[in-house]
Amino acid sequence: MQGMSLIVKSMTRLVAGFIALFGVYIVLYGHVTPGGGFTGGVILAGGMVLVVLAFGEKFSRQVLTHGVAQASDSIAALVFLLVALGGYMVGGIACRFFYNFLGRGTVGELFSAGTIPISNLAIGIKVGVGLFGVFLALAVFRRLGERSLMEPEEADEQLGAHLL
Amino acid sequence: MTLEMLPFLLAFMLLVIGIYAIIAKRNVIKVIVGLLILDYAVNLVLILMGYRGSGDGAAALAPIKTPGLSEQMMLERAVDPLPQALVLTSIVIGLSVAALVVALAIRLYDKYGTFDTGLMRNLRG
Amino acid sequence: MNLVPLLVAIPLAGGFLMPILGRLSVRGRSAAVLPILMAAAMLVLSVLLLATPDAKTPPYWVGAWDFPVGISLVADGLSKLLLVVINVISLLALVFSLDYMARYTKPDLYYSLFMLMLAGMNGVVLAGDLFNLFVFLEVAAIASYALVAFGTEADELEASMKYLVLGAISSAFILIGIAVMYNVTGHLNWAKIAALVKAGGGPTLPVYLAAAFFLMGFGLKAAMVPFHAWLPDAHPSAPAPISAMLSGVLIKACGVYVLCRLVCSVFGGHEPFGMALLVLGVLSMVLGALMAIGQSDLKRLLAYSSISQVGYVVLALGTGVIVLARWGGDPAMESLAFLAFFAGLFHLVNHAVFKGLLFLCSGSIEQATGTRRLSHLAGLGSKMPVTGWSLRAGALAISGIPPFGGFWSKLLIILALVRAGADVHWGFYVPAALAAATAVITLAYYAKVQRDVLGGDPSPAVMGARPAPRAMQVASVALAVLCLATALIVVPAVRVRLVDPAIHVLAGTASGSVSAVVQAPAGAADSSVSETPAVDQENAAARPADEPAPSMALVEREVP
Repeated sequence: MQGMSLIVKSMTRLVAGFIALFGVYIVLYGHVTPGGGFTGGVILAGGMVLVVLAFGEKFSRQVLTHGVAQASDSIAALVFLLVALGGYMVGGIACRFFYNFLGRGTVGELFSAGTIPISNLAIGIKVGVGLFGVFLALAVFRRLGERSLMEPEEADEQLGAHLL
Repeated sequence: MTLEMLPFLLAFMLLVIGIYAIIAKRNVIKVIVGLLILDYAVNLVLILMGYRGSGDGAAALAPIKTPGLSEQMMLERAVDPLPQALVLTSIVIGLSVAALVVALAIRLYDKYGTFDTGLMRNLRG
Repeated sequence: MNLVPLLVAIPLAGGFLMPILGRLSVRGRSAAVLPILMAAAMLVLSVLLLATPDAKTPPYWVGAWDFPVGISLVADGLSKLLLVVINVISLLALVFSLDYMARYTKPDLYYSLFMLMLAGMNGVVLAGDLFNLFVFLEVAAIASYALVAFGTEADELEASMKYLVLGAISSAFILIGIAVMYNVTGHLNWAKIAALVKAGGGPTLPVYLAAAFFLMGFGLKAAMVPFHAWLPDAHPSAPAPISAMLSGVLIKACGVYVLCRLVCSVFGGHEPFGMALLVLGVLSMVLGALMAIGQSDLKRLLAYSSISQVGYVVLALGTGVIVLARWGGDPAMESLAFLAFFAGLFHLVNHAVFKGLLFLCSGSIEQATGTRRLSHLAGLGSKMPVTGWSLRAGALAISGIPPFGGFWSKLLIILALVRAGADVHWGFYVPAALAAATAVITLAYYAKVQRDVLGGDPSPAVMGARPAPRAMQVASVALAVLCLATALIVVPAVRVRLVDPAIHVLAGTASGSVSAVVQAPAGAADSSVSETPAVDQENAAARPADEPAPSMALVEREVP
């Protein structure tokens, strides 16, 4: 895909930074306002998709290559699992799988709620990168009738792991 | 047939539309759209189950702890947050299924050259 | 440290690690090392769990949120039995995949999806509340949709699309059922719902509505007629170890297990549910066998046979529920219900083993000869002796020939039905006669399979066949030995350790977790119920975790 006209490119240049900022805000404030990891990740992915649509697929390789996308996807998922297992292994009577073992703080502050912001961050990265990877797999990495570089199973597997 | 049942009726109509699209349409893309409509209808039913209008006609509140809201007020007037958590999870699941089915549809188009399910009849018996 | 959450956490970690390992160019056979190690660890854990009695494994409350608002992982008798079955078949399918995946280009993705499916199935069997069950069910289902389409041939894609659309409809129905149940009871925890339904005097009309939705949804996952349309397309098209997993384990863990759990533990085993299970079981059993006769494709025949055998299991379990519901107080009737439950569970375990074996053998045959059509295969026994004898063992076991385990389980099912016909109601003679007739039909078409595939002179397609690679042979032989070994479950000493806790869970007389709360006085269970039933994880910071009152029926104990 080649990218779009000059008007679209200029507007995207202006707006993409704000979209990314908004997505990061929703991820970081997930424990205070509605939103959290998944919705913030979707906004981030939407921003990246907008950039690739406007500037063409050659630009997508500068934004995020396939290898980096897959690696950060899996690493973010492993961070989430490690946070859950941290609650399992940090000592004491009350520890459980997924237990909130960092300090809780007061309700409504940014720095509060224990391990929830870390989980939100991990999920936000995973969903953002994963959905962008799915878009790349479906639209950029294949042409009609040719062999594709990335099988849809990769996209499916990334998405299948998003449930967690 | 009170006014409170109207959203449920609309959700049920969406459900029926979704199932009709899946069953009766021959184009794969329309089947996918029917699948998405079905998912959204079920999510709508789940959210509607959580609504809790208070008895004295005061407006229902969202279950978010803002500084001006005491716990007593939230217990009395906030809607149920549990179905909202369930719907979040269900939306993610719906997204995964949608991405998977779109990938499958693209690959099917590669193999068969058409989106018409009537012509994709390799498996028989 | 309680080991229960590891059964879900380790396969999840494996599923996330495999793409990274694939990036680091761990390919081919070495990609299977980590999954096989993890599956072996899961098997050890599940056997350990089976060995500990139910009193020592109380529900595991995730995140230290207690009853009735928390997410719980419940490992009672039924769950432990199914965990062992799932993990044994998974380990052997992974061993088989060592060599079978040589012809696919991306083995790391395959193992990642397999691990996710295993995590989902372990989670379904361990889940202690309705919504967690749904989430793990979806994880396993989506992984299986992607795995069915793994080869990306035209057949596989079409089968996966059909499976996906029908599976998504069934998931939507299950979600509506969950919504109705939540509206009626206000809770999602099984023990709490069971107590509330019992306190309300049995199922009311909304509960029946939710049960109808659950029956449609989980009936489709269990491939019962009339919801079976996806299975004959999906199971043949998948790679052979995935067919073994799907047919041997997935339809049982996601379908039959959940139905039993809902009917017996959550809704209380009332008679209409048992009658529904009985009717669906009879329909599946008969129609599956009839449609299997005319098949010319080996794997498609095995898929229809799966429908038939799962019909046997559901039939037996439905009979047990009906007998227990109507004549619950009479000890003779109770022993009859126990016999029916035992027969159903025994056949479930048996079918997992021998259907897994048959699908793995069919995979070996397909890889060696390149075809699955029965008319093109002949004289395989001389060319591939190990696979031939494993196939013969599996076919004899599923037809019900002594001394294989399948003989005992089918005999017990027919025996339970005949005794029910004599003692309870003459109407039970009809399913008994149909079960016996279906057993004869099963014997007929498996004899045809054996004669076509193994006997006679080698056909052209078979001429070039060489014996299967070592790992595939090992997996086939291990499962064939298990076919013989499951006959030992009839021995009372073995049965008491392995299957009796599960039977007690189904009958509602267990001392384990769910039933203990149901039998507790209603006041004790209500003491910690607050106005807003449960909290979002986002709002977890909003209130500290409150300690429940110690008058609860369930007391937390750390398992050292």
